[in-house]
Amino acid sequence: MADRPANGTAQGSNKPALSLHVPEPKYRPGDEVDFSHIAITKPGAQPRPDEACEASETAPLTLDLIRVLGDDNQAHGPWDPKLDADTLRQMLHHFAMVRAFDARMYRGQRQGKTSFYMKCTGEEATSISAAMALASDDMVFPSYRQQGILIARGYPLVEMINQIYSNRGDKLKGRQLPIMYSSRENSFFSISGNLATQTPQAVGWAMASAIKGDTRIAATWVGEGSTAEGDFHSACTFAAVYNAPVIINVVNNQWAISSFSGFAGAERTTFAARALGYGIAGLRVDGNDPLAVYAAERWAANRARSNSGPTLIEHFTYRAEGHSTSDDPGAYRSAHEGEEWPLGDPVNRLKKHLIELGEWDEDRHAAMDIACAEEVKAATKEAEKNGILGHGLHHPFHTMFEDVFETLPWHLEEQAAQAIHEREVKWPEGKKP
Amino acid sequence: MSAPETTNDAPVVTEDTRRLNMIEAINEALAIMLERDPDVIILGEDVGYFGGVFRATAGLQEKFGKTRVFDTPISECGIIGVAVGMGAYGLRPVPEIQFADYIYPGLDQLVSEAARLRYRSAGEFIAPMTVRSPFGGGIFGGQTHSQSPEALFTHVSGIKTVIPSTPHDAKGLLISAIEDNDPVIFFEPKRIYNGPFTGFYDKPVEPWKKHRDSQVPEGYYKIPLGKARTVREGEALTVLVYGTMVHVAEAVCEARGVDAEIIDLRTLVPLDIEAIETSVKKTGRCLIIHEATRTSGFGAELSALVTERCFYHLEAPVDRVTGFDTPYPHSLEWAYFPGPVRIGEAIDKIMSE
Repeated sequence: MADRPANGTAQGSNKPALSLHVPEPKYRPGDEVDFSHIAITKPGAQPRPDEACEASETAPLTLDLIRVLGDDNQAHGPWDPKLDADTLRQMLHHFAMVRAFDARMYRGQRQGKTSFYMKCTGEEATSISAAMALASDDMVFPSYRQQGILIARGYPLVEMINQIYSNRGDKLKGRQLPIMYSSRENSFFSISGNLATQTPQAVGWAMASAIKGDTRIAATWVGEGSTAEGDFHSACTFAAVYNAPVIINVVNNQWAISSFSGFAGAERTTFAARALGYGIAGLRVDGNDPLAVYAAERWAANRARSNSGPTLIEHFTYRAEGHSTSDDPGAYRSAHEGEEWPLGDPVNRLKKHLIELGEWDEDRHAAMDIACAEEVKAATKEAEKNGILGHGLHHPFHTMFEDVFETLPWHLEEQAAQAIHEREVKWPEGKKP
Repeated sequence: MSAPETTNDAPVVTEDTRRLNMIEAINEALAIMLERDPDVIILGEDVGYFGGVFRATAGLQEKFGKTRVFDTPISECGIIGVAVGMGAYGLRPVPEIQFADYIYPGLDQLVSEAARLRYRSAGEFIAPMTVRSPFGGGIFGGQTHSQSPEALFTHVSGIKTVIPSTPHDAKGLLISAIEDNDPVIFFEPKRIYNGPFTGFYDKPVEPWKKHRDSQVPEGYYKIPLGKARTVREGEALTVLVYGTMVHVAEAVCEARGVDAEIIDLRTLVPLDIEAIETSVKKTGRCLIIHEATRTSGFGAELSALVTERCFYHLEAPVDRVTGFDTPYPHSLEWAYFPGPVRIGEAIDKIMSE
């Protein structure tokens, strides 16, 4: 038997056996859903500290939920960003556009026009409202579910679809999995499949901006599941150590594929609360409240831009659809979760707010949805002229070997010759694949 | 920038050359690049105020300021990750990983990010960074201060791997690496920071100041990446080697009176295949030497290339002298290290075929 230190209590023999706690989500397929345990705070009740405050002053806000839009569809409290009606309508239009885009691309994948797609349904505010609170040349380091940023920044739909179809119009030359966009022109960093790697990169970009005495800041987005990666810890540490002008957005949509947020630590504390341990300001915001998201992002942007330091924002939201076209959420969660989600739908909430303000109506909304669907359809047809996946209209073979390095070394030139030779064997007499 | 590039040969002694050890040569290369390019940034553990555990960055923070040369948290993932972000902004970061043995926490950022960034973004974003890291054994460094992980990087598309063996090359190659627009892993053989170790560990080590390759020109000069250096011309066999083992190979060949052609590869990717082919086709025999473990080491790639491209010129099988397939041991260092006995026997075997 192992020796145990005597400490005045039993030395172990009478204690219960240790047991491992493995988190389990509240609801599985077939279960009735009751979200009454989620504390939904009163809109407008959260204080708005000075943007240059000490990080520790944000402590109450890391456990609370910053909310602006109430059930009365009106804006409340100090976080109301007081946006004019044109800006609100612009935001609503971006929402409608990304929703129309997601619907069509999802269908495109089911029709075999591409291999893969990921929707952002229910999370539109976390990208679009946040992006609208930034300057257009602030550098964003997104994960794969922030297509709303590209929409908000006016990136052409045709370019997005070219990338999704990996066709000859694809600016990334068919090298990347669909939705792994990149647009330097729109200050939108190249998306990587490796989770959370963008977080220290965003911090490094922000450090570079500070080193050069620039005025631009960086913002990054990461899912709550990916906060478990070591890179997230590195990013927070470096952001705090160098007071980097960066915003770290954690999109807590409750699910990392089939794993609920408990597997990233959500049973014990909030994701926003982690900020405090690093000495970073933390805000926890209703991610389905477009005004609250905008206000929090603007607060953090002002803080970063004035050298007051980084902010971590947890966007509390819900992944309304499956993880991707390769996923069936019905296999691991209750089908009722989405409809019962207590924070509602961001598009619907903004729409009702504008109607409440007398700046919008159902007819105009329906017309906008139709117009967005038509615009996406037209862009799709335009992109299809450049080809769809696997139908031959791709970039030339030699491009596969380009950009590995700035110039091709001998071994890549040899391999390019081999690939081109194989094409001639497979399709003799100049027939195109 | 118009760059004077040296030839592949050892430096000519002129008025502006001085004798430096490898640390001094590296320090000088860093100082020159900090001076020439305001986008060059040095970061890493203990590299700032203290000047690095091997003194490679000594005096640089004092001269160029804390925003150009600074200490970092102990996080290789963070160091490489922020360097990728800095590169995306437009800086030219030169991160240091204190020992190559500790590069693994940064491996995802190197392999998945730095190496792929140009490719995946079709050139929109690049990672023009140079990761400096002391590597190799022969210093009683045990398991985690002796490793030679170059094969992990040569296997990754998009990364260049450079390993100097002399002060002269270290300076010129490091300047080229920093100016290169692709990510470069720059492994510095720490066993030869102060003098060219010959593998005869029971004999005193000669300091660099007495060696012909410690003549280092002042100021800016480059040695091109992807070009090997012929250390010694010979007819009997070709020895392909890099890092510390260049000096071991040279000493062993000299001690045995073998007329070997010794080629210091200097850059593993991209490889100087022309120099290799020309030499092996002349000598008909090829011995590959590295400190790293044998299985799937870079020697396997060299052996395959030589066999594929020089088969009809070979008079003996291509052979490899390497570290054993074990973690690097402490007490049995000289039993592990590919020293004069192992190399000598391999030469005897290859010459008797």
